[in-house]
Amino acid sequence: MIDSIPVQLTDLSKVYPGGIAAVREVSLSVAPGQTLALLGPNGAGKTTTIRAILGLVRPTLGTVRVFGRDPRDVATRLRIGTMLQIAELPAGLTVREHITLFSAYYPQPLAIEETLRLAALDELADRRSERLSGGQRQRLAFALAICGDPDLLVLDEPTASLDIESRVALWEQIRVLAVRGKTIVFTTHQLAEADALADRIAFISRGSIVADGSPAEIKARAGTRELETAYLTLTKSVTLEVAS
Amino acid sequence: MTNVAQIYALETKFEFLKQLRRPAYAIATLGFPLMFYAFFGLMSGLHNNGMSLATYLLATYGTFGVVGASLFGFGVSVALERGAGWLLLKRASPMPPLAYFTAKLISATAFSALVVSLLFTMGALFGGVHLPALTWLALGGALVVGALPFCAMGLALGYLISPNSAVAVINLINLPMSFVSGLWLPVDVLPPVVQHIAPFMPAYHLGQLALGTIGAGGSQPWYLHVVVLLAFTAAALSAAAFAYRRDEGETYG
Repeated sequence: MIDSIPVQLTDLSKVYPGGIAAVREVSLSVAPGQTLALLGPNGAGKTTTIRAILGLVRPTLGTVRVFGRDPRDVATRLRIGTMLQIAELPAGLTVREHITLFSAYYPQPLAIEETLRLAALDELADRRSERLSGGQRQRLAFALAICGDPDLLVLDEPTASLDIESRVALWEQIRVLAVRGKTIVFTTHQLAEADALADRIAFISRGSIVADGSPAEIKARAGTRELETAYLTLTKSVTLEVAS
Repeated sequence: MTNVAQIYALETKFEFLKQLRRPAYAIATLGFPLMFYAFFGLMSGLHNNGMSLATYLLATYGTFGVVGASLFGFGVSVALERGAGWLLLKRASPMPPLAYFTAKLISATAFSALVVSLLFTMGALFGGVHLPALTWLALGGALVVGALPFCAMGLALGYLISPNSAVAVINLINLPMSFVSGLWLPVDVLPPVVQHIAPFMPAYHLGQLALGTIGAGGSQPWYLHVVVLLAFTAAALSAAAFAYRRDEGETYG
C-alpha cells in the first residue's frame, strides 16, 4: 500500500534561483520503522532534501510523497515530528510551556511528563528556554519533535554543535524512538553518527545519492571495512555505481 | 480530533506571556508612553482650543502607545523568529498557519488596551482629566481598534528587515513619525513645514481620529481619516505579502 510508505522521493531535483542545483534526481523510499541517515559533506544537499520531505521547499522536478500524500497536507503533518537547524528558540517561555504548545498541535500527543522524560528534561521543565545550555536547547528541540507521538521523525543535523557527552545521550534517545517503531530520517556529516544510529545510509554528494545501503553494505561496496575510507571514496567519485 | 480553538487559545496565551516576559518589549511599550505623558502631558496648561493639555495629549500619547505596541509587537518578534528559523519549524508543524498571526494580533491588541488603560488612569488621577463615560469608551475604542493598521505595518516590517536591526529600524520609523504626526506636541504648534508633512503619516490620521472623539479634532471630517487608515492597511498587507513571498523565495507559501 502506497500510503504505508513513510517517505517516497521520485526523481527529486531542486534548483534554487540563480541556477544552483542543490539536489539532482534523487529517488528514495523509506520503509516503515527504518532509520535512515542522509550522510554527506556540508553543502551536499541534505538540508534541501529534508525541507522537500517537510513540504518547505518546492521541488523543481520530481515528486515528494509522505505516507502517500502531499507533505503540506495537515493530515500528513500530523504524522511528522521535526527538528530543524534553529539558531535559537524564542525567549520567554519555559521548557514545559514550549512542549505544551507543540503537543496541542497533535491529536494524540504524549503526556508532557513522558516527553520530558524521553528528552531528559524532567529537571529543567520550569526553566526558560533562553537559560538553557546548547545541549539542553537541542534536547528541547528534540522534545518538540517527539511530543506529538508522530510516526515519522525528520531530524536535520540533530547533534550539530553538541559535545560528545550530549551527542551520545541524544543518540540513546533517538534509539528509544527507533525501538518504538518510529521511522526516522536524519542528516549528519559524521560517519560515526550514521554508523551508530542508522540501519540504512544514503550518501549524498553534490546533490546526488552516490551510495545507498546498510552500513555493512556501504563498507563492502567501497571495498573497505572502514566507513571512513568508504566515505572518502564515495564522496570523491560521483560516478561510482549507485546502489539500488 | 485536535481542538482547533484550543490551539488558537494556547498560541495566544503563550505569545502574550512571551511578550510580557521580554523586558525590552514590555518596558518600552508600556514605559515610554507613560513616561512621556508624565513629562509633557501632566503639565498644567491649555491647548489653544481651550482644552487642558492633559486631556488633549491623552489622545495623542494614547496613539503613540498603541502604535508602538503594534509595530514592536509584530515587527520585532516576526523578524527575530523568522531569522532564527523558528518560523520555518512552525510551518513544518501541524499548527494552523493563521494561529501564529492571530496570536500576535490578539497579543498586540491586549498590550494596546493595557497601555491605554494605564494612560487613562494616570490622566484621570494626576492630570485632572474629566470626560463623560461614553467619551472615555469612544476614545479607548478608537485607539485600540485604530492600532490594527499598525499591526499590518509591523508584520510587513518583520518580513522586510533583518533580525539584528529590527529594533533600531522600527525606532527610526516610529519616533520621527510620532513627532511629525503631532503625537508628542499638538500638531498646530509644530513648524508649518511639519504641519504640511503630517497628513502623509498614518499615525497622524489615528491621532486625529482619537482627538475627534474628545472634540479636539482638526478641520478634516473623521471619515477621511478612516479611509486613509483603511487604504494604509491594504498597502501594508500587500507589502507584507510581497515580502513574505520574497523571503520564502522559491519555497512553498
